Amino acid sequence: MNWSLFFDLTVSGLTLGSLYALIALGYSMVYGILKLLNFAHGDVYMIGAFMGWFALHGLGGPISPDVGAWIVTALMFLAAMAGCGVLGVVIERFAYRPLRDAPRIAPLISALGVSFFLQNSALLLFGAAFRDYDSFDLIGVRTRHVGNVYLATPQILTVIGAIVLMIALTLVVARTTVGKAMRATSFDREAAAMMGIDVDRVISFTFFIGSALAGAAGVMFGLVFGQIYHYMGFIAGLKGFTAAVIGGIGSIPGAMLGGLAVGLLESYATGYLPQGSTFQNLYVFAVLIAVILVRPSGLLGRAAIQKV
Amino acid sequence: MVDLPERPDALQTPRVGVDEWVAAHEERVGRRTGLPGLIERGWNWLPPFGKLAVCVVPAALLPLLMSEENLARYAVYTLFYALMGLGLNIVVGFSGLLDLGYIAFVGFGAYGYGILASTQFGNHWQAELAIPVVTVATAILGLLVGLPSRRLVGDYLAIVTLFFGQAFVVFVNNANRISFPHFGHVDLTGGANGLANIDPLNLFGYHVSSTRQYYYVALIAFALLVSALYFANESRTGRAWRALREDPLAAESMTIPVNRLKLMAFAFGAGVAGFTGAIYGSFQTGAFPGDYDVGLLITIYAVVILGGTGSLAGVALGAIIINCAPELLRSQHDASLLFYGVILVTILAKVRPWRLCAAFLAALVGFGFAVHAIADAAWPRLTAGHAQASGFLKGPIEAWVLLPRHPVKIADFAYVILIAAILLVTQLHGWRRLAVLVPTLYLAAMVWENLLVGQTAGATRLILLGALLVALMNARPQGLLGTARVEIV
Repeated sequence: MNWSLFFDLTVSGLTLGSLYALIALGYSMVYGILKLLNFAHGDVYMIGAFMGWFALHGLGGPISPDVGAWIVTALMFLAAMAGCGVLGVVIERFAYRPLRDAPRIAPLISALGVSFFLQNSALLLFGAAFRDYDSFDLIGVRTRHVGNVYLATPQILTVIGAIVLMIALTLVVARTTVGKAMRATSFDREAAAMMGIDVDRVISFTFFIGSALAGAAGVMFGLVFGQIYHYMGFIAGLKGFTAAVIGGIGSIPGAMLGGLAVGLLESYATGYLPQGSTFQNLYVFAVLIAVILVRPSGLLGRAAIQKV
Repeated sequence: MVDLPERPDALQTPRVGVDEWVAAHEERVGRRTGLPGLIERGWNWLPPFGKLAVCVVPAALLPLLMSEENLARYAVYTLFYALMGLGLNIVVGFSGLLDLGYIAFVGFGAYGYGILASTQFGNHWQAELAIPVVTVATAILGLLVGLPSRRLVGDYLAIVTLFFGQAFVVFVNNANRISFPHFGHVDLTGGANGLANIDPLNLFGYHVSSTRQYYYVALIAFALLVSALYFANESRTGRAWRALREDPLAAESMTIPVNRLKLMAFAFGAGVAGFTGAIYGSFQTGAFPGDYDVGLLITIYAVVILGGTGSLAGVALGAIIINCAPELLRSQHDASLLFYGVILVTILAKVRPWRLCAAFLAALVGFGFAVHAIADAAWPRLTAGHAQASGFLKGPIEAWVLLPRHPVKIADFAYVILIAAILLVTQLHGWRRLAVLVPTLYLAAMVWENLLVGQTAGATRLILLGALLVALMNARPQGLLGTARVEIV
């Protein structure tokens, strides 16, 4: 067995998996609280990548940034996360909140509309050409050797960044008052409202957090893969949702696990399976079907008990 | 105390999916007056086949009035959208299953017909044989996709089918490189180049080749399908589907075989999709992977949702709107006319009384000229550009709208501000809304002239489609001709 190839695939799988996990968290939290499949989430991620790009170029560009390279990177993350968070809140406020009591299909269609709108607005405003992050100019080309494994700086940054964000999220959900309110709302929205929880505000907060994570994932994608474009949100959103479903939708550790699983799976499929680079999505799809058939509630999800 | 309906036998007819109270209430409140009311009552008075005749007979005369090119753009594609919408309506409208892989079935139909009747394999089947084979094959495929999905509820089904649609696109894109164990290398779908040279329909030795002939074929198919679906919807199965849509749990406890009905809906919808796909593929004389992607899926969803899920007439209406409006947007001149026309008509219809309406229009025009004059005096560069419009619109637009010499950046910012302004307008009421609406509309005209009008064939149409979906869901979640449903808790 070629161990060097295996470790390279593992590293790229973990990188990809971190991105998917961050996207999946947004999906999972929104689904857990609203039972809504937020199709526009992938496009929020795309907008996040563009916001990071604009922040980078607003600060002097990758070759001669106005401040230190690491400060620029941090500001890119900050801009994308804040911008996407606000975008998510606005989307919820105008496209989903009026439909909260409508039949289930209405907010889904509304979400499809938002997705279409965001994607084509990006096409209109940013053009169809790819934009380059030039992250090598920004944070260096230095690759590290660990044994005979190569690690590029953006990859390390992505994995560590994702872990930090996930720990922060877990703490927010587990330890703070608003996290408690989120858990209560996702458990039973009506009962939570009767207990004096401002459900609208909790939902807005959920959208803010989920979209901010997607924005961070967008910037990470730009740093790792270099190129961003207006259509990148669709397939990433699909993978993110797959990750959420595989891990067990509504469960935060499940989304993390699912994201890593999908990323690793995709990476290994590319490396080992026949025609893997072409059909990687089909392999992911096959695993999704298998997981749903064996454990419909996902790996870490709890089967919902339906009360009548 | 329940108000009994006026007709004593009204309670005898099973009306699954319509809440009696809501229906009675809507009848009292929603009774319209004047011309719309007359049309509505006339429409409701017609028997089902009268309705079909009212739609189909004028449509049959269309080819006499239109050129071949216009017929293809406006009429034939409308019919194809309607046909695809009818199939989707079975799955989404009748039985309430969210199938986001629907368009793959249409693609399967087109590719299947292409394999049976094109130069790819040298097969040239007669259409009367090929179309049923393709239809049945697609229905079986629908059954197979439905099998793992039958355990899935709501959104899980959506994601699995969405992935299925993606898998289909990936597959047809790459199927030219697959080697099969026994047959060796077979180029099944032509890969990214697609299947070109699909035969025109050859029905019982009669060659359908011109646009006009295709139009009639599609129209006949539409009439037949609508009739068949009408009966299906009124049948035992149709009622069971609606029961399933309303409440799967209650339906199951009433001994309705939920799983079997789901599979049936899937297979029926897929069959209609395959049927449509076969005709569509032969009309386009080719099948290409990009055609059966999410873009078309969302368009067909828009057709069904806009018209009203579950309503057959709604599908036809939705197809007309969704196909013809973007087609009009393709030409810049027509697009501008449509844009300003819709705004003007909406103002005239919505702002009452007429004195307020006149004052509003005057304020709008005055505001525009004032802004233009100020900009002209202070920053001449802001008005130095030229309108892209032609004809009688050019003069007024250049005198009224801000047209910067280098519009790109300014227009981008204006676009973002415009979205914010529109969102703000939806939150205001009364005179505040009207006051904010004046600069918003002016801004809209500016964005339109500087940014959107240049992209009418591409991004603009899709942006407007997306915005339309969101707005419609907010205003009327049940669609134009759908009936409101009440969730009973």
